[in-house]
Amino acid sequence: MILTALFFYLFAGVCVASAVMVIASRNPVHSVLFLILAFVNAAGLFILMGAEFLGMILIVVYVGAVAVLFLFVIMMLDVDFAELREGFLEYLPFGLVVGAIFLAELLLVGGGWVINPDVAKSISSAIPANVSNTEALGLVLYTKYIHYFQIAGMVLLVAMIGAIVLTLRHKVSVKRQDINVQNARTPELAMSVRKVAVGQGLQDTDAPEWVK
Amino acid sequence: MTIGLGHYLSVGAILFTLGILGIFLNRKNIIVILMSIELVLLAVNINLVAFSTFLGDLVGQVFALLVLTVAAAEAAIGLAVLVVYFRNRGSIAVEDVNLMKG
Repeated sequence: MILTALFFYLFAGVCVASAVMVIASRNPVHSVLFLILAFVNAAGLFILMGAEFLGMILIVVYVGAVAVLFLFVIMMLDVDFAELREGFLEYLPFGLVVGAIFLAELLLVGGGWVINPDVAKSISSAIPANVSNTEALGLVLYTKYIHYFQIAGMVLLVAMIGAIVLTLRHKVSVKRQDINVQNARTPELAMSVRKVAVGQGLQDTDAPEWVK
Repeated sequence: MTIGLGHYLSVGAILFTLGILGIFLNRKNIIVILMSIELVLLAVNINLVAFSTFLGDLVGQVFALLVLTVAAAEAAIGLAVLVVYFRNRGSIAVEDVNLMKG
């Protein structure tokens, strides 16, 4: 029990501290690295709660994909981040006031809240006792909540297509193969017989349209 | 020293507040704003998973999975828009986003 508490305070403390560093650090690359630290510790919290599958997914999706995407964009864009940081102190008092109001509200809600005694009756898919978290999640995700699963897949598909469509660009200067144009070429289009006058050679003006 | 539901909810509340604070503090840097949004979504996930495990209902974890999906999609689309915007304007300062005179 004491070990659980110890690990909870370790994960929670590091998670909150790195979240502070995400919003406070000067260099966005450091922000991303602290974001990774926050997510890894949140995964630790998930595992502590008994949701191992979500903890692992958090590491795979956030650390493996989202954080690397952030890093990639930050390093690809040639931006002066020091300039973007101006006004940090200017917004600090306002931000602190809003944050304090938010936290006070959340803590008031947390303090004055009790579990409805009828909640046990409304549980729709209870956690089974003797199977692992991953198996239990799979047993309901692919049967009872298959539509949610498919909607999640659609969301990812739309996001993927959207990201590709947004960032794809056709350069005019690049020559590309066009199969239709190639197949439409006939000998009449591609060749022509010329009579060359003696001593004058072939003039540029005689050339067919496709040579010019 | 038992760690209860309230402890996890407090962590979620603090992370949520830090995410909101980050949006206000880094008003010029859209990349850090996107990262703050990820923090907010993480706080939501912690809340969902905490309730799910302490009440013994798996639906919370299914929903947390959906939130995770949406967060990943949002990051991908947001960064793609950012890259396109940077190509067009050569800057990502939030204050320069005034082409539509909104």
